[in-house]
Amino acid sequence: MAGSTPVSATVSAGGAPGVLVTPEARRPPISPWQDAWRRFRKHRLAVVCSGILITMIVAVLVGPLFYRVPIDGIDFSVRLQGPSWDHPLGTDDLGQDLLARILYGGRISLAVGFAAMFVAVFVGVLVGSLAGMAGGKTDAALMWVTDLFLSLPQLPLLLLIIYLFRDALTGVVGPEMGVFILIVTIIGLFNWMQVARLVRAQFFSLREKEFVEAARALGASRFRLVWKHILPNALGPVIVAATIDVAAAIIAESTLSFLGLGFPPDIPTWGRLLFDAKDNLDFAPHWALFPGLAIFLTVLSINFVGDGLRDALDPRRVK
Amino acid sequence: MDENGLRELIGRVKRGTLSRRGFVRRMAAVGFTAPMATQLLAISGVSAQTAPEAVPPYPGTRRGGGGPLRVLYWQAQTLLNPHFAVGTTNQDAARVFYEPLAGWAADGTLHPILAAEIPSVDNGGLAEDGRSVTWKLKRGVKWHDGQDFSADDVVFNWEYGRHPATAGVTSGSYRGVNVVKVDDHTVRVEFERPTPFWADTFVASRGMLIPKHKFQDFVGANSRDAPTNLRPVGTGAYRFVSFTPGDTLRGELNPTYHAENRPFFDTLEIKGGGDAASAARAVLQTGDFDFAWSLRVEDDLLRRLESAGRGVVSYLPTGGIEHIQLNRTDPNVEVNGERAHASTQHPAFRDPAVRQAIALLVDRDSVQRFIYGRGGVATGNFLNQPPRFASPNTRPEFSIEKANEVLDAAGWVRGRDGIRAKDGVRLRFVFQTSVSAPRQRTQAIVKQAALRAGIDIELKSVVGSVFFSADVGNPDTYTKFFADIQMYNTTMPQADPQLFMNQFTSWELSTRENRWQGRNITRWHSDEYDALFRAAEGELDPVRRAAMFIRMNDLVVGSNHIIPLMNQRLVNGHLKNLRPVLSGWENTLWLLRDWHRVA
Repeated sequence: MAGSTPVSATVSAGGAPGVLVTPEARRPPISPWQDAWRRFRKHRLAVVCSGILITMIVAVLVGPLFYRVPIDGIDFSVRLQGPSWDHPLGTDDLGQDLLARILYGGRISLAVGFAAMFVAVFVGVLVGSLAGMAGGKTDAALMWVTDLFLSLPQLPLLLLIIYLFRDALTGVVGPEMGVFILIVTIIGLFNWMQVARLVRAQFFSLREKEFVEAARALGASRFRLVWKHILPNALGPVIVAATIDVAAAIIAESTLSFLGLGFPPDIPTWGRLLFDAKDNLDFAPHWALFPGLAIFLTVLSINFVGDGLRDALDPRRVK
Repeated sequence: MDENGLRELIGRVKRGTLSRRGFVRRMAAVGFTAPMATQLLAISGVSAQTAPEAVPPYPGTRRGGGGPLRVLYWQAQTLLNPHFAVGTTNQDAARVFYEPLAGWAADGTLHPILAAEIPSVDNGGLAEDGRSVTWKLKRGVKWHDGQDFSADDVVFNWEYGRHPATAGVTSGSYRGVNVVKVDDHTVRVEFERPTPFWADTFVASRGMLIPKHKFQDFVGANSRDAPTNLRPVGTGAYRFVSFTPGDTLRGELNPTYHAENRPFFDTLEIKGGGDAASAARAVLQTGDFDFAWSLRVEDDLLRRLESAGRGVVSYLPTGGIEHIQLNRTDPNVEVNGERAHASTQHPAFRDPAVRQAIALLVDRDSVQRFIYGRGGVATGNFLNQPPRFASPNTRPEFSIEKANEVLDAAGWVRGRDGIRAKDGVRLRFVFQTSVSAPRQRTQAIVKQAALRAGIDIELKSVVGSVFFSADVGNPDTYTKFFADIQMYNTTMPQADPQLFMNQFTSWELSTRENRWQGRNITRWHSDEYDALFRAAEGELDPVRRAAMFIRMNDLVVGSNHIIPLMNQRLVNGHLKNLRPVLSGWENTLWLLRDWHRVA
């Protein structure tokens, strides 16, 4: 074609390929993720809280490697002591070191929280997007299931499931892992309904938007529509719901420990530590204070991080 | 002390040179329970009128005027028929309205309630051959609905309680005896053979009497349908107002009560629910209630709450024993679909060395010092009754070193993970108990010590309302014992070991056949024990009988299937101005009529 020659001539005449390009375009392209990160950074609290959260996660993951005090070393001579050099966070009524117990318990509590959240989000997004995309009878049926789950009394059902399956499962994978799987599955399976409804609502509004229509007009497959165009735009509220789920799961786990149905009583999850400490609140407040603080900080941080992420991932928000 | 010494002492009491109290104390020194000692006196012809010091004098000069009495039970009451009262809370609730002929005072003497006097050989109440006892009833006693209380009611309770279809918890006290009405105010209890412990039928918690005219249409299969089961009509100092099962029980002063100037309080409220620690707070710290039952929490906490100065904690000796059980049967194998079938043997505990090692790994002293405090006394005996009744032959010991030696010698070798094993059997056990702070602490202490001896223990805590329930469908109840190790407290509601010690006889095995209602939970048994128990049932000579029970205790403890921990004390809390009358041998509310307040 004729038009092609002069263009290439101009380019080669300039000596370098970029000469004729305007200064704005010369800036390296910003990916959506970089954009999100830019927006996230503007949310100061979210940045601080993600710092706290990361510190917590790192502490419970690598802390026990450096802080090698046993979690269950009984020493009556130092029972119920406040913080000291030997026991930075004090001891409980058996003289067990609280820092070691909180670090160890944090692994379990955080793992339960995040794993249950992933289960809930996975199921929720799956159900929500199926319902949102399919519409019609599938949608109605899936929403009935969602309503059904919402109307089930959670606690009695939890007790029933644990009663039915705990022994079988602990026989296969051991008591700690068995309870972990059970709790994560159960808490996850009881928290997906909000996510599903949110996702479905988002899908209903998004699938009629112009950019989706444009993609459809270009011949994008249904899966591609969902995966590339609708889902990323629906994620904002899901992430916020997910952060609330993490907090709910951590607290649900401690409720179960309260009822004697969670982890074995000698496993110091944060909920269990609080439960053990509650009778001694007035004269050994440190015992309840530190695990309580750990739960509080974690839940709060996760919520703020979720808040920041929602701002960051919402492309319509201009800041 | 031999037989002659004993007879001489009894002679001195008869002549009046030794007080009854002095006698009881001396007997305690050689290992007799106070109730046994007083019964001994009665059998030997010394009248057993209530010693004046047995129950503190009641200062009230008029009925009522004391305002409300608020009592807190952290385990709520669920029914009000004494014949169906499973557990002490229900017995206590029934005891507010119903009364027995007599009850056990704190010093182990009988205190007459609906009886005019305590039977003895002297007053002709007690047969010399130990085959019958005649009770004279108090006159002028009226039921709350105005009807007269008479011997017919007493006889009716026997018929009601022993009826197999009634399926009451009191049946044990009414079977095997015959009750005859002599006249309107006299009944005679006849025994099949000489019975050393005669004061069971119609006495104390299992002897509460219900009115014939309200229950006669509800004997047997329809006994549970009686409307009076939930709206009691009794003879007690307080009469029924309202009852919400699992929550609140209300009563009011009974204006026609048969003891003068009683009761002190105008109304009574028994609130149920919560937990022991908050109950302790409600009385000792905030003073919201006058009395809280069974404050089974760590002693430190009680001390600190007491320092608030509002209330005090009272301790009473009992026969209750917190103990660890090692399952004789295998909970992980099913025979005919039944776990822990009596025909199986526990793969690890069938080796006496393993049981001995675990017994060596229990640090009783620490448990006592740091957990139970004033609430219990560390012991190596299952049968403890007042201090000296305990067998002198047991030597409880805590030594991790020795436990290791015992296991090494028996060929249990440590694996790569440090856990011992032998012939493919690993020393890995599930240790269950109810949810309760002291118990979880004790579990942790045992687990720690066991780990150092190469034994891995998985801890399990079951919520109390499940663990102690009689629910046949639930696998986590203590009577099923589908675990390797478990720990709980067995109470001794009677001041005699006969019924208490039947829990190791071979005919009490807890199995599916008897819907796990048998009392032998570990399912340990031995022929020698059975024979001793049978012999003790008919042994009238108190010294020989005591020796038999000591031997039974030694057999049980020696097997190490039972590892005694703490001889429990009754721990209750009350406001400083309340004067409750309590007894370690009785229900908490046994003498509610005498409770009063001082300025």
